[in-house]
Amino acid sequence: MSSWTVGRRQMLRGMMNGAVVTVGLPFLDCFLNANGTALANGASLPVCFGSWVAGLGFNPGHWEPKVAGANYDMAPELEVLSPFKDRINIYSGLNGYLDGKPNVVHQTGYQVCINGAVAAGGGENAPSIDQTIADAIGTRTRFRSLEVSPAGSRSSHSRRSASAVNPAEISPAALYTRIFGPDFRDPNAASFTPDPRVMARRSVLSAVDDHRQRLVQNVGAADRARLDEYFTALRGLEQQLDLELQKPAPLEACSSPGAPQEEMPGTEIETVIKNHRLFAGLLAHALACGQTRVFTVEFGGMAAHKAGDSATFHTLTHEEGTDLNLGYQPTVHWFMLRVAEGFRDMVAALDGIREGDGTLLDRCLVMYATDTGNARYHSMDNIPLLTAGRAGGRMKSGVHLAAQGDPVTRVGLTVQQAMGVPVSGWGTESNRTSKPFSEVLA
Amino acid sequence: MTKILWLLSSLALSLVFATRVQAESAPREVEVGLSRLTAEQYRQIIADVFGPTVVVDGIFEPDPRKDGLLAIGTDSVSVTATGLEQYDAMAHGIASQVVDRDHRDTLLPCKPISPAAADDACAGQFFAKVGPLLYRRPLAPDELEERVAVARAATGTVKDFYAGLALSLGGMLEAPEFLFRRDMAEPDPDHPGQYRLTGLSKASRLSFFLWNAAPDTILLTAAEAGELDTETGLSRQVDRMLASPRLEDGVRAFFTDMLQFDQFAELSKDTTIYPRFTPIAAHDAREQTLRTITDHLLTRHGDYRDLFTTSKTFLTPSLAAVYGVPLPDDTPNGAAESWIPHEYAPNDPRGAGILAEASFVALHSHPGRSSPTLRGRALREVLLCQKVPDPPANVDFTLVQDVNNPQYKTTRERLTAHRSQPTCAGCHRLIDPMGLALENFDSSGGFRTRENGVAIDASGELDGAKFSDAPGLGRAMHDNPSATSCLVTRLYAYATGRSRTKADTDFEKGLAKDFADNGYRLPELMQAIAASDNFYSVTGTQIGAAAAAPQPARQAN
Repeated sequence: MSSWTVGRRQMLRGMMNGAVVTVGLPFLDCFLNANGTALANGASLPVCFGSWVAGLGFNPGHWEPKVAGANYDMAPELEVLSPFKDRINIYSGLNGYLDGKPNVVHQTGYQVCINGAVAAGGGENAPSIDQTIADAIGTRTRFRSLEVSPAGSRSSHSRRSASAVNPAEISPAALYTRIFGPDFRDPNAASFTPDPRVMARRSVLSAVDDHRQRLVQNVGAADRARLDEYFTALRGLEQQLDLELQKPAPLEACSSPGAPQEEMPGTEIETVIKNHRLFAGLLAHALACGQTRVFTVEFGGMAAHKAGDSATFHTLTHEEGTDLNLGYQPTVHWFMLRVAEGFRDMVAALDGIREGDGTLLDRCLVMYATDTGNARYHSMDNIPLLTAGRAGGRMKSGVHLAAQGDPVTRVGLTVQQAMGVPVSGWGTESNRTSKPFSEVLA
Repeated sequence: MTKILWLLSSLALSLVFATRVQAESAPREVEVGLSRLTAEQYRQIIADVFGPTVVVDGIFEPDPRKDGLLAIGTDSVSVTATGLEQYDAMAHGIASQVVDRDHRDTLLPCKPISPAAADDACAGQFFAKVGPLLYRRPLAPDELEERVAVARAATGTVKDFYAGLALSLGGMLEAPEFLFRRDMAEPDPDHPGQYRLTGLSKASRLSFFLWNAAPDTILLTAAEAGELDTETGLSRQVDRMLASPRLEDGVRAFFTDMLQFDQFAELSKDTTIYPRFTPIAAHDAREQTLRTITDHLLTRHGDYRDLFTTSKTFLTPSLAAVYGVPLPDDTPNGAAESWIPHEYAPNDPRGAGILAEASFVALHSHPGRSSPTLRGRALREVLLCQKVPDPPANVDFTLVQDVNNPQYKTTRERLTAHRSQPTCAGCHRLIDPMGLALENFDSSGGFRTRENGVAIDASGELDGAKFSDAPGLGRAMHDNPSATSCLVTRLYAYATGRSRTKADTDFEKGLAKDFADNGYRLPELMQAIAASDNFYSVTGTQIGAAAAAPQPARQAN
């Protein structure tokens, strides 16, 4: 891809003369080819990535296919994913390694899957995988990444560092306004006039950016790094406004979804499922409209409960008796089926948007990650991971990858390489790996 | 003779020169602290500067808790891309309201010559007025010029004076100078070689501590005049601020942080089991405790320890329904619920101070059931400042936690069995016995005497003190020395906004003694902190980090 940049000041000078000027359009993204799968200049539609995280995993022995490789059999706990089997990879036999550090229950497992490292204490400082990927593919969109939490948790696992944790949107209606509200520019609109207000906001940010020099004087290294994080975020925002000032490339599959009703967030499982469906639909439309390429869904899990039941999914994993005939805790199993259903809803939302001969799912990759391989014991062994989608042809799908105790970071490395992140190894200490699942990398 | 004079004068000259060189190369002010404004502080500043009718709408990045306090967690966070996008939206939302037709006449000190053209003089007046209140310091001349220039340019683009002014104001509200509190230190003239906080940084620290707000004009003026560097000047300001009704904002902010009321934002109860625990009741539960606290500690000037035993509180009809209290209410239909003072009868188990309020028993429970463990842990960690270890991995809870087990009908019975496991016993012995004393309160705060048909045994123990119900636990808390030393520790850490160091221990001991001597009165404790040297001290580590910072190369422009 050729690069196209206009200097910040150069652009502003053009705008600040007051007249509404025609703003240069990046040539490469102009038009789609006839069948809508690629841009007219031959470049394919961009890849997209989603991190879909839900706590407490699945029941060991009930989610892994018996057969390894292609044409695997879908195990009972993931049965609901069967219609998408050819687009889903299942990774089993992967462990998280503690290297003598404590297992901070329900945190450490996530850290290994998403950050590739176990924090010595407290928050993990390594960036989460979605942010690393956003740096590679998300810098040319209005939103570098979007984070949502249907269960109402304000915090997310998406982070640039321990001091920069992305907050999650908990209201579908608010997310709708953020993406498709007044600032949305329909890529398929016939005409385009840059909004003078956006031009003015852009120059306001530019003035803030000019303060950096003065602010970082006589500041210690740690605080300077935090100020730099702020200015990195500021540049992201500036870039976002730059994009709003350009005529977007037409995207055939883009349409604005209707505004969802305001819903009360909550941890009652049917509420979570319902809110999640709304979020999944909005995210799919945002991707189809080129508004973002990276997202994180915090499906939650810990506090999920049935209406009228005093126990939560989490307390049940520790308290419910195992049914010896079934070989698992029945209500826990029921909740796990609901989580699988949630993942299915996400995949279905992406697959529901047609792009040329295929669907949006084909150019995306969604990674399911969790915190444990056996919630009852907070086990770090055999942590289940899934990916859905084909990353625009860079990933083969419909494969069960059965490992034998390799670090779980192998999945994160594979995913990053599929997304075009220039990285040959990932993770720290025993969780360090330079072995992607090359059999599924195209 | 002449020669000597010449030598002397040349020596003097070179000395002057050397001093000047040193003055130019040595940093005059260094940064020793950087904290992101909390959501509450942000809201308070906007309300103070622009009035309560300007709405702050958006999501704030979650503030992390460190050493028990959000006030400390904010000293290690930055702003993310998503977070800044939200600050940007909030900033422009606030700024648009400031200049809209409902507000412009009261909030702007002038009218533009033309509403469609730039007016530097009027914009300058506006920013000279609000700038220092937002940045907590006077604006440098070039900063003021910049605001005016940005407003002028924006007005040129959007062809509207007010919109242009709002855009420039929006830029201030998303700038790091506003979003971060920066503690600056300067060489201390009374102690050569040492540093002290600048007057303006002292003003900020004092104001956020006592009022949870940015310094007002009086305090800023005093700081600029150097008054906060003298004992008399400082006392004058401390006394003025303690006497102000705004002290209540500061006390509310502190207890909101210490009691972890930010968790209310994510509190979820099962409405099938607890239909009375409505969103209004949850909101009121938080307010009930803050009212109980400020009424007792400020209005009545009461003893902190009595917060655990008082039978006086405030209720709304919604809350009274949760607690099962018959409340006389003559609020007309459709009118907002009002707060009604309520006093529990002697021996009513609900009269156990703030421990028996929903803000404690409901906040520290599962969505559908009570939890002596969560409550006991909160009691140790939040109110006694003790650390309870996380539960170990690889523990099987199922053996004894099966709620359908006919042998163990009550939570107490299930937990007792759980404690028989040695790996669990260590911690649960520390936290369960006091949590069990609150078993008369269900997960929503509702009062109950039976669980699954079996009478509840609410006896318990705290550090050797035995009791049979919640008021007994309250009395044990009242008499527990850790409860008061915990308050001192938290309040001082909250005020300084940093983790404790070893150097703080002696000072805290002194504070704790004064606190006891004054009958555990909170305003006196706040006064002792606010007027102390320690509160404004800067550590060698802070100075070292800043002094080691490389000087950025000067830019051509």
